Amino acid sequence: MSGFRLPGRGRVNHDRPVGFSFDGDSYQGLEGDTVASALLANGVHLMGRSFKYHRPRGVVTAGPEEPNALLGTSRGEGRSEPNTRATMQEIYSGLTTTSQNRFPSLNFDLGAVNDHLGMLFSAGFYYKTFMWPKSFWDRVYEPVIRRAAGLGVSPSEPDPDTYASRFVHCDVLVVGAGPAGLAAALSAGRAGARTLLIDEGAESGGSLLSEPQAVIDGKPAWDWLSSALDELDGMVNVTVLSRTTAIGYYHQNMVGLVQRLTDHLAEPPADAPRERMLRVRADQVVLAQGAIEKPLVFDGNDRPGVMLAGAALTYLNRYGVRVGDRPVVLTSHDSAWYTAFDLSDAGVPVAGIVDTRTDVDLDLLENARSRGIVIYTGHTASSTAGRLRVTSLRVNPILNGKAGPGVTIECDAVLMCGGWTPSLHLFSHTKGSLRWDEETRTYLPGERTEEVHIAGAGRGLWGTGAALADGADAGAKAADAAGHSADVSQFDVTGDRGGTGASNVELPTDRNPATAKAFIDFQNDVTAKDIRLAVREGMHSIEHVKRYTTNGMATDQGKLSNINGLMIASDALGRNAPEVGLTTFRPPYSPTTFGAFCGYHRGERFEVIRTTPIDPWAEENGAVFEPVALWRRARYFPQPGEDMHTAVNRECAATRKSLGIFDASTLGKIEVAGPDAVEFMNRMYTNPWTKLGVGRCRYGLLLGEDGFIRDDGVIGRLSPDLFHVTTTTGGAPRVLAMMEDYLQTEWPDLKVWLTSTTEQWATIALNGPNARKLLEPLVEGQDLSDDAFPHMSVAECTVAGFPARLFRISFTGELGFEVNVPARHGLDLWKTLMAEGAQYDICPYGTETMHVLRAEKGYIIVGQDTDGTVTPQDAGLSWAIGKAKPDFVGKRSLARPDLVASGRKQLVGLMTVDPKTVLEEGAQIVADPNQPIPMKMIGHVTSSYWSEALGRSIAMAVVEDGFERKGDTLHIPMPDKTHAAVVSGTVFYDPEGDRLKL
Amino acid sequence: MLLIHCPYCDETLPEAEFVYAGEAHIARPEDPSTYDDEAWRDFLFIRTNARGRHFERWRHTHGCGRFFNAVRDTVSDRFLLTYRAGEPRPSDAELEELAK
Ligand SMILES: [Zn+2]
Repeated sequence: MSGFRLPGRGRVNHDRPVGFSFDGDSYQGLEGDTVASALLANGVHLMGRSFKYHRPRGVVTAGPEEPNALLGTSRGEGRSEPNTRATMQEIYSGLTTTSQNRFPSLNFDLGAVNDHLGMLFSAGFYYKTFMWPKSFWDRVYEPVIRRAAGLGVSPSEPDPDTYASRFVHCDVLVVGAGPAGLAAALSAGRAGARTLLIDEGAESGGSLLSEPQAVIDGKPAWDWLSSALDELDGMVNVTVLSRTTAIGYYHQNMVGLVQRLTDHLAEPPADAPRERMLRVRADQVVLAQGAIEKPLVFDGNDRPGVMLAGAALTYLNRYGVRVGDRPVVLTSHDSAWYTAFDLSDAGVPVAGIVDTRTDVDLDLLENARSRGIVIYTGHTASSTAGRLRVTSLRVNPILNGKAGPGVTIECDAVLMCGGWTPSLHLFSHTKGSLRWDEETRTYLPGERTEEVHIAGAGRGLWGTGAALADGADAGAKAADAAGHSADVSQFDVTGDRGGTGASNVELPTDRNPATAKAFIDFQNDVTAKDIRLAVREGMHSIEHVKRYTTNGMATDQGKLSNINGLMIASDALGRNAPEVGLTTFRPPYSPTTFGAFCGYHRGERFEVIRTTPIDPWAEENGAVFEPVALWRRARYFPQPGEDMHTAVNRECAATRKSLGIFDASTLGKIEVAGPDAVEFMNRMYTNPWTKLGVGRCRYGLLLGEDGFIRDDGVIGRLSPDLFHVTTTTGGAPRVLAMMEDYLQTEWPDLKVWLTSTTEQWATIALNGPNARKLLEPLVEGQDLSDDAFPHMSVAECTVAGFPARLFRISFTGELGFEVNVPARHGLDLWKTLMAEGAQYDICPYGTETMHVLRAEKGYIIVGQDTDGTVTPQDAGLSWAIGKAKPDFVGKRSLARPDLVASGRKQLVGLMTVDPKTVLEEGAQIVADPNQPIPMKMIGHVTSSYWSEALGRSIAMAVVEDGFERKGDTLHIPMPDKTHAAVVSGTVFYDPEGDRLKL
Repeated sequence: MLLIHCPYCDETLPEAEFVYAGEAHIARPEDPSTYDDEAWRDFLFIRTNARGRHFERWRHTHGCGRFFNAVRDTVSDRFLLTYRAGEPRPSDAELEELAK
């Protein structure tokens, strides 16, 4: 039996000891313990070091708001997690935990020297201390801050766990399974509403788990709890989820939940997901999240052993752990008195109850006296003592608002309570307004924006009876609103505990306030003094105070600190709290793993990978792939010993010399069909289409309405009312969406149908002087001679027995054909062509060779040589504009003043003076390399390759007034040297186009 | 995630099925060549950027594929109404009625 465990007490299983470790030492807890309760049962309070000052810190809470007891947990490679809250992590046999933010050990930490440099680290220190000298940044400040900053260590290995996700729809979602939430679920469930009740704890019950004294409907609280859960369990329309946190409340009653499935298990089932994200769409939401206890702000309130009184009550009643041998209670609220009473009744000598109020309920006083507890009403606390654990509390009578002479109370725990803050984080996510309640000096829910009901302590009510009644009412209202007819469940409660309290800023002290360390945000080491300093230095908005001091920016997101910070800031400003405002709560409510957000979308399922019908052949034949849009495309086909450069040179040479074969299936394809198809094409594309004959193709250029190039591709006319449009690989969905937009909304009168056929067809490009020789014997139904089937022709025929749309087009400058066959025949056709092409040394090539061959001919790639600010004139494509057409998309813009002005960047060729130099794509271009820095950049390189055919490098670039600079030498400054290049045309190879005319 | 009513499918569906498509009721002129530079600039680039009720276009991309119009409050992110492309812009009075 551990030293601080009370035999038989609590909800832990005293017959089931569980071994775990903390900082390498073995400890024993009980089944049902959290790490925090198990360590406390062993007398361990010191669980971490603070972020800035590395001050020793103990556990403060018993719940998700814990700021101090953040541990590293690990269950093997890739399964380590930093900043696990000891108050939430359940122990299991073999659990390994370590403290954080200390070096070399938790008891002796060198970083604690920061604690003595407090002046350096005061409010705004991020903004002030490290301003100068500049040279200190790299060598001093940055390394020091890097080492000191951050809590815990994140794992460096991939996460081996799986994470699930699912959608849920329900009538009523109840968040929080304390008395209010349970009552709401009972009302809604009994009315037949599809009800989901969730709680982030391991057990349902909320405050009932800590306060078993109440009697509900004649049963002790825990018996009533069992029967309520049994009843809910028996309703088919009700689901209860534990270990499930509502992390965010989004539009139209969508609430994100994260369910923790295996972190509490010693041996998780194989392949069980670690967590599950549930996206709940609820007709009605009941928020029954309760309230969070506020710390009191006084010098030394962060010493290990100082904790919230409500937490001590939870450790005592739920876990059967006394948090000390001689605790003292320090409070401004009734609730902490009951902690003292329960501890005393459990045999723990309470060193006193210190209450800042003079006017305390007579029953409480009588109850304390009858237990022999010393009472200090109208007292403040001025300091604590003790290094790694509190040893005493100094208290002083408050006389006229000032602290009188102090007395010291020996103790090993200080149990504080500064009142309670309704937990309204989720409500705030909905942009529901908050209303300041002057009487309780707290924010309560105001105007609602969603179908939400707030019940219990979350709207400032106190006590089990009130929470049950209010929850029952909220649940019934929610069920009614969701279309059911609910009765408000009734509960009879005795043994309830009332509670009122007073609100404070820093407690009065007789010590020098300048040396006081009265903490507000424990994790971020923000003190009351910091808040007042921030206000003095001009931070008058609470949002500024927050950022200047980092108050509320820790992992607990201000759950403990926000209201204390606000009270002190408004006191310093001399304004009422609501005028100072409250910082915005944003999701997630508590730290959430990336895994939960990713869910199934990781690894192969992170993004769709589209593959062509020919992809398996490429894979078998050693292709190196690259992603292009969502496609996986073969980049090159290296032979043994070849690098990319060698392989590409070989593929280029083989294609120009004899025959290359290329999988062009990823090209976007859209069928434009209907009696008005030609009119539609005339309006969409720059080119004229009326006179394009059936069986002929044309290069099509598509602009945005702003006149800039959006896409291009070859378009074939298959019949008077049917066009086969091709687009860039990445542009296909955009182009189709744009066409649909115009067709549906601007020209709904046109009789045109648009169909995406990208995946309908496998497209194989054959290029090279022997392309026709290969195809001719395989084609039926079309004469391939130059006369019968000239360049830019299209025909429907069969190729190798497969129905085909055959194009004579070229993206290489060689005699070229593109064979489209139904996708299911693509692989067979490819194999046939490879076999028949062997006699011509057919060479498969990938996208890299395609890029080189097209660049040698000056064919642009939209999105590489253009960037969304390039007009047809800029790209040298004025010839593609149907000047006689009255209108097309973008035509009017081509006459915009800035599009016809001089100084526009124009697409030109660049020939490096050193032919071996291949420029870097994206490199900036200057006219005069000797001008002072910063130089005037006049353009950049868009495409650059080694051309094996020309035995030199080639490049394209956009350059200011580039057309007028032909023959000029420009300069490309790079880190190693500045390269010189001469401006040229963009057609580097076969400028007459003779090779197309074979 | 918002829920959006597609006026063609007549169903209220998750936002993930839809894409936003800019401000509504900005018709492309019959003959853009009659627009001077300022008028054409306004057509291309000048938008309302409303705080409050905004007339905008959406497309039910992962559904029927139709473009439609909507009135959404940019402050509350609430849809007041969705209606088919080509239908007239609802009057303020009609929208006031709906907002009740
Ligand atoms: Zn639809």
